[in-house]
Amino acid sequence: MRKIGLVIGLLIMVSQGLSASSASAATPVEIQKGFEAAARDGASGFSGFSAQRGELFFKARHGNDWSCDTCHTANPLTLGRHVKTGKEIAPLAPLANPQRFTDAAKVDKWFKRNCNDVLNRPCTAREKGDVLEYLISLKQ
Amino acid sequence: MNNASKRMMFDATVWTASVLMTLVLVAHEAMAESKTFAAANPKWTAECGGCHIGYPPQLLPAPAWRRIMSGLDKHFGTDASLDAGTAAEIGVFLEQNAASGKRARAGGDTVRITDTAWFRREHDEVPAATWKHAGVKTAANCTACHTTAERGDFSERNIRIPR
Repeated sequence: MRKIGLVIGLLIMVSQGLSASSASAATPVEIQKGFEAAARDGASGFSGFSAQRGELFFKARHGNDWSCDTCHTANPLTLGRHVKTGKEIAPLAPLANPQRFTDAAKVDKWFKRNCNDVLNRPCTAREKGDVLEYLISLKQ
Repeated sequence: MNNASKRMMFDATVWTASVLMTLVLVAHEAMAESKTFAAANPKWTAECGGCHIGYPPQLLPAPAWRRIMSGLDKHFGTDASLDAGTAAEIGVFLEQNAASGKRARAGGDTVRITDTAWFRREHDEVPAATWKHAGVKTAANCTACHTTAERGDFSERNIRIPR
């Protein structure tokens, strides 16, 4: 009887673990989809995200000293480095780092911080979607 | 018991007590000066350790950590804001393990670890050229010389100064 209880308990723990991990795991394309509706609302004539626009945005300065590539480098398939602390930053392109853009909360946290640092304002949904389009497009 | 043996007992007690007190004080100061820090919290490691090493809570007194945690959106020139729940948990961890003893007394009211009096004293033999070395760049880059800083170990034997 105790054994059965143990097995049931284990099964519950495993299933909870599985559902917890599947709830937070997403693909970069799914994360990008999350920006689409807002991008449509925000810009008239929106016809999809653009890797080219994303790359320009990623490599341009927007009024501050830093651009995205200051820390993430002009080749996001490679290791970056935090411009102030010198700490290594794992590659941003999903091809080089499969963990990137798989956790919506983490994506939100970093866009909020980094857009504030680079642009002094939140990024628009289109800007975020474009950057993702660019990063997803990168092949070795 | 006669007066002489009473006196002897009293002397022995006072003597033992003072030896014990001294030991406690010495141990306390040694602990306050410890260069290996064990406290860890997974959220602290993940969040604070995301951009720099997780600086051990023992390096700043509680009021300094409180000020840091209440201004994360302007954290030494970058936005390091956190959701309220995570910030609260990390704040409690930092304050519970904050500097006490010598390091707290020699901290002053700065929130910048490298500006504290104890940090300056500990590093007063480091030549200016070392701070400017390409592998160091900033005094905040502990691991440049303290090779085991990431696991809280700042002991002398693990220092390798880049040349």
